[in-house]
Amino acid sequence: MSPLADAVQRVRCCSSAGCLASGAGPLRQALETAVARRELQERLVITGVGCLGPCSQGPLVAVDPEGILFGGVSAGDADGLIAALAHRSQAALASEREAPLSWTPAAGERLDTSGPFFSRQRRVVLEHCGLIDPERIEAAMECGAYGQLRRVVQTLTPTEVVETIRRSGLRGRGGAGYPTGLKWATVAKMPQGQKVVVCNADEGDPGAFTDRSVLEGDPHRVLEGMVIAAYAVGADHGFIYIRAEYELAIVNLRRAIEQASRQQLLGQQLFGSSFSFTVQLRVGAGAYVCGEETALIHSIEGGRGTPRPRPPYPAEAGVGGAPTLINNVETFANVVPILREGADWFAAIGTAGSKGTKVFSLTGNVRRGGLVEVPMGTSLATIVAEMGEGTPDGSGIKAVQTGGPSGGCVPAAHLDTPVDYESLQALGTIMGSGGMVVIDHATDMVALAAFFMAFCREESCGKCVPCRAGTVQLHALLQKHLAGEASAADLAQLEALCHMVKDTSLCGLGQSAPKPVLSTLRFFRGEYEARLRPGTAPSPLTTAGAAP
Amino acid sequence: MPTATFHNSDQLAAAAQPFEALQPILLRHHRSPDSLIEILNQAQQFYGYLSVELLRHVARSLALPDSQVFGTATFYHLFRFQPPARHSCVVCTGTACEVNGAAQLVAALEGALRISLGARRSDGFVSLGAVRCLGTCSAAPVLVIDGVVMKHQSAASALATVRELAP
Repeated sequence: MSPLADAVQRVRCCSSAGCLASGAGPLRQALETAVARRELQERLVITGVGCLGPCSQGPLVAVDPEGILFGGVSAGDADGLIAALAHRSQAALASEREAPLSWTPAAGERLDTSGPFFSRQRRVVLEHCGLIDPERIEAAMECGAYGQLRRVVQTLTPTEVVETIRRSGLRGRGGAGYPTGLKWATVAKMPQGQKVVVCNADEGDPGAFTDRSVLEGDPHRVLEGMVIAAYAVGADHGFIYIRAEYELAIVNLRRAIEQASRQQLLGQQLFGSSFSFTVQLRVGAGAYVCGEETALIHSIEGGRGTPRPRPPYPAEAGVGGAPTLINNVETFANVVPILREGADWFAAIGTAGSKGTKVFSLTGNVRRGGLVEVPMGTSLATIVAEMGEGTPDGSGIKAVQTGGPSGGCVPAAHLDTPVDYESLQALGTIMGSGGMVVIDHATDMVALAAFFMAFCREESCGKCVPCRAGTVQLHALLQKHLAGEASAADLAQLEALCHMVKDTSLCGLGQSAPKPVLSTLRFFRGEYEARLRPGTAPSPLTTAGAAP
Repeated sequence: MPTATFHNSDQLAAAAQPFEALQPILLRHHRSPDSLIEILNQAQQFYGYLSVELLRHVARSLALPDSQVFGTATFYHLFRFQPPARHSCVVCTGTACEVNGAAQLVAALEGALRISLGARRSDGFVSLGAVRCLGTCSAAPVLVIDGVVMKHQSAASALATVRELAP
C-alpha cells in the first residue's frame, strides 16, 4: 500500500464490475463531490480500487489508514461519511492512536474484517488487489510492480527463472493443473527463433470471475508475469486473449499496456538488455470453446475457434506455427511473488501436490459471496460454510459446484475435502478457473445437469461428432427425465452415452461436458430415479449400464 | 451456434464511399488477416451490426475468401447480422443466476415482450438475449437493459423496467 502522508485519510471505493452493478459509480462520484464541496482534498483522498472481496455486500468502501470496511454503501451515504471523516481527530490520526469512527451507512453495515471471510484468506495473487488504483501504473510501482522484471532481466539467466518456477511447484490455474515450470522448460528448449507467450483470459465458466477480478484490480501484476515468462522461454511477442464480456477488464488492460509501453517496461531492449517483448490484446467474440488452447490459437489467428488434435502441442507449434507458451491469468499473477519471495517460500504454502494459494469466486446460494484467496488444502467446508456463512435461508448446503460446465458437484457429505487438484479430481470434478457455486436444497440436481448440458450443446463447436451430436442427445435425455417421461433404459443410455462422449471427444469441452451429469448421477442418483416414468422402477439389471 | 440471418442494408451499399469509417481500423491492423476478429468487433461497434456488404468489404480488404470471413463471423455468438433493436434486454444465464431464478426472468420477459429468447421483435422495438455469465455473480439474477446492469431482479421488477422503455 502506498504510504499516506500524515493525517491524510483515504477512501477506497470498489470499482470492479460486481460493485459497479450495485451502484458503485454514482457512489464514488458523490464522495468526490462531497470532498470537493467541503474543500477537503488535502486531507481526504478518494481512490477507485479493484475488488475488495465480499461482493455480496457491495457496494464496498474501505477507509484508510485503518482499513475499516463498509458494505451496502449508497450515494446517499456519501455526505454523511465525508462529514464523519472530516470530524475525526487529526491529532489521533497523526499519532496512529485510534480515531473512533461511529458512522454506518443507512442501509448497509460496517463489516468485521477479523471474521473468517477475511482471516481465513491468504492473499498472494490478490495482495495488491483492492489496495491500489488499477488505473495508475505509479500506484502499482509504489507497491513494487516491475521490480522483479528488472531484477530478472538484469541478474538472472532464463534457465534460472525456469528453474525457480519449477521448484516452486506452481501448477496451471486454468483447469487441468499442468506443472507450469515443465511447460516453460518445454518452450524454452525449443530451437531459437520466433516464440510466443499467450495469456488465456477467456474465463468462460459461468459462475467464475477470478481472472476478471485480477485483471480489473491489478493488471500490471499479470503483465509483469507475462514479460518474465517471455524472458524465461525466449519469446519476443505475446497476446492476451480476453472475452468480450469483460468490458472493464479490457479497458484496464489496454490502459496498463499503454502505460507500461510508455515507461519502457514493454517494448524493445528492456532495461538496456537485448531482450524485447511486445504484447497485443485480442478480444474474443463469445465462444466458450476458445478457452481450449488450440481453439484459442485459431481465434488469435483470426479464424473459427475450433480445436485441433494434439500433438503437436502449442509448446511445439502454436500461434502461427511458432512454439507458444499459454498460461492462465492467475498462473501469471503468481510469478512475481514466487520470484520475490523464492521458490521455497511458495512451496511451503499448500499441500504436497498442490502448492500456493487459489483464488475462488464464491457465489450461488451463499450468504457471503465474493472473491477469496485461500491456501491450497483448505477444506471446502471452510470456504463455503465458514467464510461464506452457508446458505442465506440457513437451510443447509446440498452441494458445491466447482469447475463450471467442465466440473462436477461435491455433495455436502464430502465438504471436508481439501481443495487441491487430486482430491477434487477423485470426486469427479476439477479445480477449474475458480468458480465455486453453492447449491441449496431447493435446487434440482437433474435440472442443474440439464442446465450445464444445454450450455455445452450451445457451445460445442461442431467439429467432432461425439460432442456435436452427443451433447444434443444427452440434453434430450435429461429433458426426458425432467418431464418425468424417462424409462430405466433411458437412464442407462444417459450414463452409457456420457462415457462415450467423455472418451471419444476431440477436446476438453466435449471430454468434460458429461462431467456434471456423471457427478450428479454418482452422488444424487436418487433424484434421477425418482423422476422415472411410473412402472419403470430401475432394476439392478438396467442400472448396470447395459445399452438398449 | 447462432443461426445467421443476413440483412442487406441498401442505404450503406448506396453510399459513394462505402465503409469509409472502416479505413482507419483496417490500417491500424495493417490489413492483416490475423486481425479479422478484432476488425469485425470494431466494425460492429461502429455500424451496429455486420451486413453482407460489410463482410464482403472486409473480405476484399484483407484479401480473404468471403467464405472465411462469413464462416468466422457466424462462429461467434456476439456478432450480429441484423440492425440492433431500439432496446436490448439481456438476461444473464450463468450458473449463479440460474440457481437464483434466471429461468423465471426469461419466461416472464418472453411473455411480456412477445418474443422468444434470442429473438428480435419484428417491429424493431426490442431484442431479448442471454449472456453466459457477466461475472457479477453476487448480483444474481442479473438483467442488462440497454447496457445497464441491474442486480437482484425478479419477474416483477424486470417487467416494471421493460414497461418504462421508450417505444
